Amino acid sequence: MTATVTSPSWVSLALDRLVVDLKDFTRSREQMIFIFAFPMLLLAMFGAIFGGQTLGDTGVTFSQYLMAGMVASGILNTGFQSLAISIAIDRDEDVLKRIHATPLPATAFFAGKIAQILIVSAVQVAILVAMGVLLYDVQLPSAAQWGTFAWVFALGTAAATTLGIATSSLLRNAKAASAILTPIVLFLQFTSGVFFVFTQLPLWLQNVASVFPLKWLAQGMRSVFLPESFEAQEAAGSWQHGLTAVILVVWAVIGLVVAVRTFRWQRPEDR
Amino acid sequence: MNDAAISVSGLRKTYGEVHAVDGLDLEIRRGEVFALLGPNGAGKSTTVEILEGFRKRTAGEVEVLGQDPQRADRRFRERIGVMLQNTSGRSFLTARESLHHAAKLYPRPRDVDETLAAVGLEEKANVKPQLLSGGQRRRLDVALAVIGRPELIFLDEPTTGFDPEARRQFWRLIESLTEGGTTIVLTTHYLDEADYLAHRIGIIARGSLVALDTPAGLRARAKAAHVTWLEGGEAREHATSEPSAFLRDLLARHDGEVERLEVRHPSLEDVYLDLVGLGGVATSESTGAAPADAEEATA
Repeated sequence: MTATVTSPSWVSLALDRLVVDLKDFTRSREQMIFIFAFPMLLLAMFGAIFGGQTLGDTGVTFSQYLMAGMVASGILNTGFQSLAISIAIDRDEDVLKRIHATPLPATAFFAGKIAQILIVSAVQVAILVAMGVLLYDVQLPSAAQWGTFAWVFALGTAAATTLGIATSSLLRNAKAASAILTPIVLFLQFTSGVFFVFTQLPLWLQNVASVFPLKWLAQGMRSVFLPESFEAQEAAGSWQHGLTAVILVVWAVIGLVVAVRTFRWQRPEDR
Repeated sequence: MNDAAISVSGLRKTYGEVHAVDGLDLEIRRGEVFALLGPNGAGKSTTVEILEGFRKRTAGEVEVLGQDPQRADRRFRERIGVMLQNTSGRSFLTARESLHHAAKLYPRPRDVDETLAAVGLEEKANVKPQLLSGGQRRRLDVALAVIGRPELIFLDEPTTGFDPEARRQFWRLIESLTEGGTTIVLTTHYLDEADYLAHRIGIIARGSLVALDTPAGLRARAKAAHVTWLEGGEAREHATSEPSAFLRDLLARHDGEVERLEVRHPSLEDVYLDLVGLGGVATSESTGAAPADAEEATA
């Protein structure tokens, strides 16, 4: 009984959690539809309604603008809304409590979750970009623009994921989670330059949206997928990469601090 | 090595004004099957969840396998197995996949297929979890609790909702899994379950232990037999440790039939109900019109 036993390595535990999370995700029809089909549908629908309009004299069509915005909001949907709701459901149904009863370290659990979010988000982005290229004449980004994509995607996912985990603990249960998060995300999508062109919003609304990460995420994605000539059309007349990075990092840090301090494996009445 | 798997002293858990656990002392030995009984709200689940490291105590000393469960680390989790009170319905993994992934968390897990066979799920191993019955899911829960070869297993009301036959099967499963010195802490509402499985039974009421004994010891606490009969249309009752002598007198006083004559020896259930403070209800409850034979009913 006192013989030395070697516990499985942290990396193998995290990887195995990733496999479990991916299995759960791909077998859950609602998740697959929400994450993959819903953004495709929105892009196709808004594209059909407003797609042909060009924005000013830039030659950029609304469909192209929308595609960049959908890539940004997809990161938020997957990392924030969908993750927060699924953690809240897992807490309600004692799935988290069950995991907590095993030797799985919390860090390996979250590493697996974050890896799963990254993979799912990457697939989602690939689908949207493929639609943009095939249907709306979006040009594939240059190497430098892919570089921008990489850090915007990474920081955006980091902010969304940490905020998603934080939010899951602040809400009472899964029902409350979806009731509260859906309108929040919708509000952000309407005001952050996803469904509408950001500069066409009233200034006060632009200012409100600028507090939140989606505006910066969408602007960052436009800098990746729209021609450089569009930069002058942005609210600040610039892509504001530096400020984008700062704001996404700040949100990620806020999310991380709140997530670490508030995360619970059990329902509130069960402690 | 310390002989106690679990030792608890002065355990207290308070929610606002409510004392869910109020000064509980308990020691559970290694290799022992220990049953914790008590009515709903008596504090048994709270106690078990404190031992499992899920809840924080308000006061008292608790040691589980030599560690404070409040600071449960990975090493601690590797040594205990937990079967929660309710079964989770939310999983997209088959029974084999669940066990396969669970096994990877432990340093020296049991074999997945052997464990599936042990709980009788080998034919359902690859079935979607939604297609498992309630009893089959409970068996999967047991399998998950033992896959890591734990030294100590907690079973929280494992057979609630089972039919009698399924419960008996389940008991045999627990027995087969517990050979080899595993300590088991079981909570249950069923006295026959505790009687069958446990070496010792602890009865908890209003947040503290009111009895701690072997099943036989508990049963022996109720020495008095209850004699009931009708006299002049009125129900009469007499408790005595010498029912035969009392009956001889009773029969001598009556000519012919004594109406509804019954001698009943208290069951484990009567002892239990007495201990948790509901005894009056049990002893006035007749087991039926048929005269009880001299054999002791074991509930």
